[in-house]
Amino acid sequence: MQSAWQPSCSIDALHLRARLLAKIRTFFLEKAVLEVETPLLSHTIGTDPSLAFFATDYDLPHCQHRLFLQTSPEFAMKRLLVAGCGSIYQIAKAFRNGESGRFHNPEFTLLEWYRVGFTLSELMDEVAELIVSLFAEYQPLSGVERCSYQAIFQQYTGLDALVFCYDDYCAYALSNELPEAVALCEHNHALWLDVLFSHKVQPYLGDNALCMIYGYPACQSSLARINADNPLVTDRVELFINGVELGNGFYELTDAVEQNQRFENEIAVRQHANLADVVKDERLIAALNAGLPECSGIAIGLDRLLMLLSKSASIDEILSFSIHRA
Amino acid sequence: MASYSTSEFKAGLKVMLDSDPCAIIENEFVKPGKGQAFNRVKIRNLKTGRVIERTFKSGESLEGADIVEMEMQYLYNDGEFRHFMNNESFEQYQCDENIVGDAGKWLKDQDACTVMLWNDAPIGVTPANFVELKIVETDPGVRGDTSGGGGKPAKLETGAVVRVPLFVKTEEMIKVDTRTGEYISRVKE
Repeated sequence: MQSAWQPSCSIDALHLRARLLAKIRTFFLEKAVLEVETPLLSHTIGTDPSLAFFATDYDLPHCQHRLFLQTSPEFAMKRLLVAGCGSIYQIAKAFRNGESGRFHNPEFTLLEWYRVGFTLSELMDEVAELIVSLFAEYQPLSGVERCSYQAIFQQYTGLDALVFCYDDYCAYALSNELPEAVALCEHNHALWLDVLFSHKVQPYLGDNALCMIYGYPACQSSLARINADNPLVTDRVELFINGVELGNGFYELTDAVEQNQRFENEIAVRQHANLADVVKDERLIAALNAGLPECSGIAIGLDRLLMLLSKSASIDEILSFSIHRA
Repeated sequence: MASYSTSEFKAGLKVMLDSDPCAIIENEFVKPGKGQAFNRVKIRNLKTGRVIERTFKSGESLEGADIVEMEMQYLYNDGEFRHFMNNESFEQYQCDENIVGDAGKWLKDQDACTVMLWNDAPIGVTPANFVELKIVETDPGVRGDTSGGGGKPAKLETGAVVRVPLFVKTEEMIKVDTRTGEYISRVKE
């Protein structure tokens, strides 16, 4: 029986993490991508209704501010891009309240990088290069797969992910051991996609291979740009290895007006759902107004990457101290 | 009864689902990076024993189920019901064969067992892990065989049939593991 003072992971896992960080830094050094640090504590926070944040009080004499622990370094990094820093990367802690499980710890490590002038497809090439090289030493991947969201969804469910047909979705759920989805998702297309994709598609993606799913349905665009040729899809990519979601990338939205509109929409959703109040990042909007260069960016969960490299069953096995022991 | 939210679901928790008492076996937090959080829960229906998987939106809750597992003494079978007694309160409970289920073949009068009560009514019976029962019928033993290889069927006083080594004889007492239905040893009297 382990004592509560002891680390959740083995000493080997500490070495593995250190080695991974060194290899990532070497990779970006060779490509002349600049390493940056941005604040973990900020006056504003992302508006995504599916992300819960931690907030804290900043006490100054006669003055108190509410500060937020960042759910991702995205906004601050984009402001650096506008300032003209060129391509950048960061290895940073991110915080998401309420997320705890075999693949989740409320505090976790992200590798996030932005490539100025890259299309999403070019970024995917670089992602594949990095991931394949990181795995090569431990358990070489059998390959790299690229598939559109619509095609993979069709393959596993027979449903059209881009065009929501409530009756088809219900019929599929009822005959595929997921009857609760009908009451759970109602007429919410995005919710249906989350449930069906995570239960019926994701577990089969990337069998000892890197699987990159691109062209997400427009209702799941987050901070990605809507595709120039097909308004039903968004230029967003997700990475999977052995059914584990590893990262999420975008051809970044540069339009300040649309970004502001998405913030407002998400704030309205939060209010409707009685979620905690957020402070919108006006500085990001101001930066976008000044002009974000065309770029693509991606965030990869390093803890999950370590889980896959070490074949760990739980995120606790590769964290020095998981939340239960922190 | 208290209610429990998905973050409190853990193995062993007894909850009500679709009007039946259930026990949680496994609870997995599932959340796409940019999407809704769910809990994929494996649950055993305590009345039917059936295991199902069910997905909940994180934060949903289920009412707790009033389940008590109690050590009792098996008294007797009156042909229609089997009767059990709580050794502390001397309160008696009766169960039909549907509720007793497979446990019935291991129950001998006066033996201890565990009875599961839902709202104070029995819904299941679990025999002791090891029981000692008399063989009432088996083929004659083979002289000199002590290896236990092969074996033969033996009918026990409660009606259960187990495989025993060839040297074991009718009228002998044997010890059986009720979880696997396997012969453990002879019992010296």
